[in-house]
Amino acid sequence: MTAITRVLVANRGEIARRIFRTAHRMGIATVAVYADGDTNGPHTREADTAIALNGETATQTYLDATKIIDAARRSDANAIHPGYGFLSENPDFAQAVLNAGLIWVGPSPASIRAIGDKLSAKSIARAAGVPTLEAHALTEHEDATQPAARIGYPVLIKASAGGGGRGMRVVTAPAGLPQAIESARRAAQAAFGNGTLFLERYLQHARHIEIQILGDHHGNLVHLFERECSIQRRHQKIIEEAPSPAVTPDLRARLGAAALAAASRIEYHSAGTVEFLLAGNDFFFLEVNTRLQVEHPVTEAITGLDLVREQLRIAEGAPLGYTQADLTITGHAIEARLCAEDPAKDFLPAPGHIAVWHPPESPGLRIDSGIEQGCTIGTNFDPMIAKFIAHAPTRREAAALLARSLEQTRLQGLTHNRDFLAATLRTQAFLEADTTTDFLTRIAPTRTPSETEHHHACIAAALHARARRRATTKLLPTLQGGFRNSVMPPESVRYRIGPATHRITYRPRRDGTFALTINGAETTARVEATTDTTITLTIGRQRHAFTLATSGPTIHLHGPHGDLDLTELPRFPPPATTEATGGVRAPMPGRVLALHITQGQHVTRGDLLLILEAMKMEHRITAPTSGTVTTLHVALGDQVHNGAALVIIEPTES
Amino acid sequence: MSTLDTKVNRRDQAHQQNRADMLEAIAQLDALHAEAAEGGGPDAIARLRKRGKLPLRERISLALDPDSHFLEISPLAAWRSNFTVGSGFVVGIGVLSGVECLILGHDPSVRAGAFNAFNSKKLMRGLQIARENRLPYVQFVESAGADLRGDSGTGDPEAALRRETNHFAESGRLFYEITELSKLRIPTISVVFGASTAGGAYQPGMSDYNILIRNQSKVFLGGPPLVKMATGEDADEESLGGAEMHAAISGLGDYLAEDEPDAIRLLRDVVAHLNWRKHGPGPTLAPDPPIHDPEDLLGLVSRDLRQPFDIREIIARLTDGSRFEEFKPLYGPTLVTGWASIHGFPIGILGNNGALLSESAEKSAQFIQLCNQIDVPLLFLHNITGFIVGTDFEQNGITKNGSKMINAVANSTVPHLSVIVGASYGAGNYGMSGRAFGPRFTFIWPTAKIAVMGPKQMAGVMTIVQRTATERRGETFDEEANAKRVASVEHWAEERSKGLFATSRVSDDGMIDPRDTRDILAIALSACHSNSVAGTKEYGTWRM
Repeated sequence: MTAITRVLVANRGEIARRIFRTAHRMGIATVAVYADGDTNGPHTREADTAIALNGETATQTYLDATKIIDAARRSDANAIHPGYGFLSENPDFAQAVLNAGLIWVGPSPASIRAIGDKLSAKSIARAAGVPTLEAHALTEHEDATQPAARIGYPVLIKASAGGGGRGMRVVTAPAGLPQAIESARRAAQAAFGNGTLFLERYLQHARHIEIQILGDHHGNLVHLFERECSIQRRHQKIIEEAPSPAVTPDLRARLGAAALAAASRIEYHSAGTVEFLLAGNDFFFLEVNTRLQVEHPVTEAITGLDLVREQLRIAEGAPLGYTQADLTITGHAIEARLCAEDPAKDFLPAPGHIAVWHPPESPGLRIDSGIEQGCTIGTNFDPMIAKFIAHAPTRREAAALLARSLEQTRLQGLTHNRDFLAATLRTQAFLEADTTTDFLTRIAPTRTPSETEHHHACIAAALHARARRRATTKLLPTLQGGFRNSVMPPESVRYRIGPATHRITYRPRRDGTFALTINGAETTARVEATTDTTITLTIGRQRHAFTLATSGPTIHLHGPHGDLDLTELPRFPPPATTEATGGVRAPMPGRVLALHITQGQHVTRGDLLLILEAMKMEHRITAPTSGTVTTLHVALGDQVHNGAALVIIEPTES
Repeated sequence: MSTLDTKVNRRDQAHQQNRADMLEAIAQLDALHAEAAEGGGPDAIARLRKRGKLPLRERISLALDPDSHFLEISPLAAWRSNFTVGSGFVVGIGVLSGVECLILGHDPSVRAGAFNAFNSKKLMRGLQIARENRLPYVQFVESAGADLRGDSGTGDPEAALRRETNHFAESGRLFYEITELSKLRIPTISVVFGASTAGGAYQPGMSDYNILIRNQSKVFLGGPPLVKMATGEDADEESLGGAEMHAAISGLGDYLAEDEPDAIRLLRDVVAHLNWRKHGPGPTLAPDPPIHDPEDLLGLVSRDLRQPFDIREIIARLTDGSRFEEFKPLYGPTLVTGWASIHGFPIGILGNNGALLSESAEKSAQFIQLCNQIDVPLLFLHNITGFIVGTDFEQNGITKNGSKMINAVANSTVPHLSVIVGASYGAGNYGMSGRAFGPRFTFIWPTAKIAVMGPKQMAGVMTIVQRTATERRGETFDEEANAKRVASVEHWAEERSKGLFATSRVSDDGMIDPRDTRDILAIALSACHSNSVAGTKEYGTWRM
């Protein structure tokens, strides 16, 4: 047994912080490594020592094995924990760590190699008697038409390496196959440095169930029950829970046995996850993740174990110290991933600045986050802001606590999926456990703010802006703002919320209240309190509290029912401008990954013009109209900012 | 500094009666303000909007910094006259791009923005405010020019002719004044919203900055009809005086706006670049609100101005924290003098607590000199029936001592603010820095009165004088005729002495709700401090 005295975490963000927490509790010193953008990030500050990796992108930093091992040497660390993602499932890195004389917190390089590749993992599972889905490996230039037809549509294209849904494509008809394969290969190459793909039968109404396993170096292997991670967008998990409401004790025993059977064939040690698809009572092996999972906290909540502690102890050579029979499930836990992404735009990453971050605190609520107020979610790394984990005696209580905690969170300055997550947790379908991997295509949970909510938001925004102006005015700051001794028109401001425009007027009255109109309808309000970021109002007879943050002309408002984005329309609208019609602008910042058109080319509405890549995701830009490409503002590889002009199309005369 | 106490009892019947009377007067005031805000009426406003134009008050509101103050000057000018209430002009002090400006606008809905006797007086007053307080001068020009009908709005040219005391030969002073502002380095900015013809063309002509609106502004010495009459030329409006022509060819236009909001945006940009620095100090003292409720101001003054009240009750509801350091409280107690602050601006206050006696006149002369020594502005709270009269008082030199007070008031150079809260009669008005003594601002409360003397005294004096003359001629005095005459004189003197009449003749800067007094004084003080605040060392000969 070798004690870990100082552990380097080859990762960033929430997982790095989470590992530091446990290490510190165990008296183990910690070392952070960081990319340039994370120089002042919380994970860098919270470690005992931090080593710069000198670079901006993942490839230059957290994926650079040499730099990381060098950092471990320089900082005197005797162990490396890889976290998840990055190098966590790279057997060559694991081997390099061991070769450097360091402790590798994870399974052996041989196990990773054997099971990390999904195709070889499938054969191991089959050999262990675990059911698998029919699959077909694709060689570099193979025509996929035949094998796809054999498997049957819809067919799933998957990257053999890596995980996290990257490079995964569902193809419903033969026509889409070549393009999907090209795109999946590119994504897999970019994410994992390995473009190997395979085809697999796609189960439409299945649940994603995974079994957490733990093994030590002494042959002990247990499972920590299942997690259900069926709620996915872009084939990526977004809400996870343990236990699964669809898994009976009998099924649980079968799943656990299958997972242990597959794992024991490769003498697995450390933490790992065996993933299955569950359709009715039938389950199919998918793959094994040889690392800690993002969603591991739900398992921790119901078992009372600290998985990072278990990993560190196993790596030190300690025996588990308990058997399967010692493990029990207590209550129910649900995790939601709060991300800087736009549910209204197909969950595209929406990088931005976190102006306000103030999550609530509650017994039963755990929040693991890698960010803090004032930091920026950039385009180089994952857009996850935080994980919210609620643990309660029952599933319904956990869902309610999680939804309320999300709603109570003050998070402003960027677009995020908070309201979407809360709405999902409150849907009847979720509460009735009608959760399958196509949940979000079947049920589109949206929050539709009422007209009244719009109105209250406008009042809050207008009176908050007024209070801020008065607080900073230099002339007669103690005077009643907007003083008039005669009859003049009231103050007037217009806001846009989505497609709706609201005109609000207000006039201060002698008793300190305001006489307002919203789109002509009269009301009154009293300002009870304001700060830089909050306002409390009594509208009619009800008291409401709001928090606000602005970015440019947009006001991110958080009210009692969630978020609304308001845009104040300019007081002096610019006299009519002449923008070329048929202009195509970048919907997000990114890099031009592929360019499918040339200057002068004729395009038809819907044609693929170019592909933008940001935060490891591809976004296809199609022609909004038929016509001729008159101006091409970008070239292959260009980095473009949000809203940048990309292409001008002269519409065809009709 | 000590804090004023109060003896106000809100349950007191007189207080409640006074309050009811004051609220009635305020209701009338509010109704008149609403009438003034209608300008030329809903039809005229609708016609403006149809042409894509904004009503004057909306133009001004759009120009002001959001949530900043706007103090309108003489909003009820021309009430009880043959002209529209408000006189077709809006004049006021407002904040543009952080700068307090004097804003003056022609209301195109009222006789196409034409000049008349009332709005000319208001315009000249606006120019005076800009000059004395060093406020950038902004004018929204849109004027048909002089009202050529020549009947002063009466419909009876002969009657108008007989009443007229002004003549074209004396007109045009406004152009002189605009130029003088520029000479004094007070910026002058014109936004031309419509036609600005003949003399009106010199409003932009004499301005430092001109903003013209495409296809809307027209500036020419003579419009097409006059050109036709003078030279026979057939000229079209756009090439004669259109905005584009002036911006590109004549050079009269400095900025060419696309529409009205664009013109107002450009105006705000111009003000923003003025690098404006006020010459006076900012507020220097704690600006906490009075501890006594300003609502009580409504119940202090009786409609019957013979009912006395303690002026300190008013002071206690105007000053910061109701603080007041009284000067010479035991000497000449019919005039209260002392120091305080309003929204942080230091101020010396003189308030009447009875007729002016020799001692109170002397005290005021000393107090005014002291405030001039330390550059502190003065606030005069008028409730004055006049200087005391009578043999004893004359022999004790009331005229002589009153003259000292008037000498001090006339020569004082710190800003004076006058508020007529009750009566303001005769020479008492002069001693308290009445309008003729050039206070920077004068405001009047709704139930206040201002005249040479009280209506009853006036009728009584006339009776005595006539009775004496009749009896000297050995004739019998016709009591019945006299009674009729007395009633008539009393009635008309009463009507003329009402505050509303004074304010409608632009002999003050506006009638105000008593509860707004503190804020209005603060706005006025802040405006005064745009100029330097400096007391005098020089006075006329003191009659000793």
